[in-house]
Amino acid sequence: MNWITNYVRPRINSIFSRRETPENLWQKCDECGTMLFHRELTDNLKVCTNCGHHMAISPRDRLTALFDGGIFSELKVPEPVTDPLNFRDQKRYPDRMKAAQKSTGEKEAMLVGLGEIGRTPIVAAAQDFSFMGGSMGMYVGNAIIAAAQEAVKLHRPLILFSAAGGARMQEGILSLMQMPRTTVAVQMLKEANLPYIVVLTHPTTGGVTASYAMLGDVHIAEPNALICFAGPRVIEQTIREKLPDGFQRAEYLLDHGMLDRVTPRTELRDELITITRMLLNQPPAVRGDLPPPAEVPPAPAPETPAPEQAEAEAAPPVAKK
Amino acid sequence: MTQYLDFEKPLAEIEGKAEELRALGRANAEMDVESEAKALDAKAVQLLNDLYKDLTPWRKCQVARHPERPHCQDYIAALFTEFTPLAGDRNFADDHAVMGGLARFEDQPVMVIGHEKGNDTKSRIDRNFGMARPEGYRKAIRLMEMAGKFGLPVITLVDTPGAYPGKGAEERGQSEAIARSTEKCLQIGVPLVSVIVGEGGSGGAVAFATANRVAMLEHSVYSVITPEGCASILWKDSEKMREAAEAMRMTADELKALGVIDRIIPEPRGGAHRDKAATIAAVGKSISAMLKELAKKDGGTLVNDRRQKFLNMGAKGLAA
Ligand SMILES: [Zn+2]
Repeated sequence: MNWITNYVRPRINSIFSRRETPENLWQKCDECGTMLFHRELTDNLKVCTNCGHHMAISPRDRLTALFDGGIFSELKVPEPVTDPLNFRDQKRYPDRMKAAQKSTGEKEAMLVGLGEIGRTPIVAAAQDFSFMGGSMGMYVGNAIIAAAQEAVKLHRPLILFSAAGGARMQEGILSLMQMPRTTVAVQMLKEANLPYIVVLTHPTTGGVTASYAMLGDVHIAEPNALICFAGPRVIEQTIREKLPDGFQRAEYLLDHGMLDRVTPRTELRDELITITRMLLNQPPAVRGDLPPPAEVPPAPAPETPAPEQAEAEAAPPVAKK
Repeated sequence: MTQYLDFEKPLAEIEGKAEELRALGRANAEMDVESEAKALDAKAVQLLNDLYKDLTPWRKCQVARHPERPHCQDYIAALFTEFTPLAGDRNFADDHAVMGGLARFEDQPVMVIGHEKGNDTKSRIDRNFGMARPEGYRKAIRLMEMAGKFGLPVITLVDTPGAYPGKGAEERGQSEAIARSTEKCLQIGVPLVSVIVGEGGSGGAVAFATANRVAMLEHSVYSVITPEGCASILWKDSEKMREAAEAMRMTADELKALGVIDRIIPEPRGGAHRDKAATIAAVGKSISAMLKELAKKDGGTLVNDRRQKFLNMGAKGLAA
């Protein structure tokens, strides 16, 4: 026996048994029940490779996937007063905050990044549903204002990924005041003639939908995302009737004229590059990572090829539980 | 006949007794009831003072929802002349939960817009209890835009439990309508003053109250969600509305301390419904004062001030 078997081996085993248990290696799709290998799921941006169900993706993972080479710098958001109302329900607000920070590893419910997509410099903001339901309080408002100001300063478009259960109730009226505050932010962009693209992700509800999420130049939603002002349960209680299938889902909103497009997450980056470049009056993106020229359809190519798609389709079928 | 709120029950008893006594006196000319009735009156006044001196947030919420509280149409009838209602969103319908139109305030032409809850069963249903649908916000947007074009100050009167949570309202873009209304409030280069006269319910209120100056009646409330809604979400028990009302900071005093509103309009003893005329007059005085504060500012300054006010809002919290 040498030191490796005595010391290193047990340590490696303990690391493995802690991190690489089947629960962590495999994730079950909550839509179709397929067990998905975590690596494969991450590569596919948390979209089920079997049924296409879009699972939650963290803002950090989303921005990493969005920006060229996964490189972005984080914009510092002005800190609001902690617990401005001294709010207490069954728990103190600062305790709820600490718990959310611990479970997400993030400071608050919005992340703002500066970087390039297809070589076009942009500002991107992503809201974090796993942080207290993505709820909109002073910090989220400050983040959107800072993102808009930075976009105006650098003359860049703003792409915002919304996700929220609604208001940060622990900030009471100040949460409500983020509706006008973020609307001012959107106006800054509009006056500077800068594109403001909103990607509505599951779920986007309440005051968030009724402010910055519905004021974009272009509204794109991820498939099946719930997008509403009042939630389906509240409506069913009010009107006392069953709501139709797919009510308030992305495709339903598209049919009712509230969205421009519904786009799968795996095709989103290419679409954002295409739209942004056209709005900025730039030439088409040169796609360096594309297959050799022979495989590219002859010009004019109306659609953006999506190389990720081919990979997703080539993925081997996954084991069912 | 006054409708009493739950917490006014002891008052109802005293006032009821005084009334009975007087009825007795009218029936029997030889009985002298007046001195005893007057004593009861005095007792009632004392009790009313005590009850309203320190209303809890939940009680204020009940007062703000009192069915006899003066509503938008009462203010318009008493404070404005030549009111000419303008209807419709030019797209789908005319929403009766929102009334608005051209009018004169102290002889100056203005645009007045407000939520109207109705005052009996029939009108309440017609007004949808003051819960606007997208058409209501789109009508308001149209009127605000017109006011901006013709240089007319805009006065909004806020009194809504919130935007209507209905199927059609969602399908026709309730969120977008509210967002655009708030946006329009921030764009118009004319004075925009708002008075929260009853319930300032969530996004439905913000869509009208994103103003240069916001006043609030003493017992009105303004909040992100109803106390019942907040209680059922955070306490998982809608009966905890008293705690929720307290925690959310929805009263005029607290909102003034937070810088969310600019002035508080005192209400008569026992709340606005006990002396409608006095309440309406006080609101009129406040609107007049707010318009005077803004009268000399040009359009660009009004827009900038309004935006800056909201950008700065909440920076200090309650400790301010
Ligand atoms: Zn699946």
